[in-house]
Amino acid sequence: MDVVINGEHKQIRGRTLLEVLEELALDPRAVVVEHNRKIVRRPALNEVTVATGDAIEVVHFVGGG
Amino acid sequence: MTTAVETIRDEPLTIGGHTFQSRLMVGTGKYPDLDTMVRAIEASGAEVVTVAVRRVNLDRSKESSVLHFLDPKKIFLLANTAGCYTAADAIRYARLAREAGFNDFVKLEVIGDEETLLPDVAGLLEAAKVLVQEGFKVLAYTNEDLVTALRLEDAGCAAVMPLASPIGSGLGLLNPFSVRTIKRRLHVPVIVDAGVGTASDACVTMEQGVDGILMNTAIAAAQDPVAMAQAMRLATIAGRAAFLAGRMPRREVAMPSSPTKGMLD
Repeated sequence: MDVVINGEHKQIRGRTLLEVLEELALDPRAVVVEHNRKIVRRPALNEVTVATGDAIEVVHFVGGG
Repeated sequence: MTTAVETIRDEPLTIGGHTFQSRLMVGTGKYPDLDTMVRAIEASGAEVVTVAVRRVNLDRSKESSVLHFLDPKKIFLLANTAGCYTAADAIRYARLAREAGFNDFVKLEVIGDEETLLPDVAGLLEAAKVLVQEGFKVLAYTNEDLVTALRLEDAGCAAVMPLASPIGSGLGLLNPFSVRTIKRRLHVPVIVDAGVGTASDACVTMEQGVDGILMNTAIAAAQDPVAMAQAMRLATIAGRAAFLAGRMPRREVAMPSSPTKGMLD
């Protein structure tokens, strides 16, 4: 299905957010996920299902002042 | 290494219930490479280290987050909301940062102007009120305006962070009077953030009596960041020690240091 991840359209197979992260080879412990502008806590990543057109943001800490 | 002054009576710096030995805080941006960053942070003696929240690069999923190089057990990660131009964006970034699970501190920045990166104080106050309500320990990056600093304290900020000069400018402390006034009037810690260019700037800033100093570019963009980090550590200690020692009064006329009596005829 087609979703928007970090502003890019992506075709994904994963049904839950956890599966999507695995598909993208991202470590769920190292990122924070926002699903349709709502933060999803780590324990809930495998409970939240993804639908076509969803907006997902995956962020982490980078260098900054 | 510590930047609390041990030779004279000094207290550790306490912000939002956390106690720090070092009065120097450093950023993690703009380093030539991550190894240099790690060594510079070590040389600075800083315990509080700032980081930013950004999208993961999906095309380079093996790319490491800065956390692979920083040990959150040894350093205190202070997430910022750099790059946010509205209160809503800053609140969103702060919430994402807290969800990373390290602490509930945030260095709140709401920028109002792209050229100067000066803060939007209305947006800053608005975001600070919301985040304090949500239990954040807010360290608010602001300008050197006393009234804004007082309002930020009233809003419940854990610390107020007036600038020395614009972010990344390296112009040093442009308005020592205002920074001193803010320090004199506030009860929460005052940490000068942004604008330091070299060690003397850090020293002069600490001599104003502020509780600490935060810098990034001055170290990261030095020709030798590790050496500059050490210089900044020493300058922060020197400035703090001089403040605690209490400087002599300024005079407009000279006064001899040697006796005027006992001179030969």
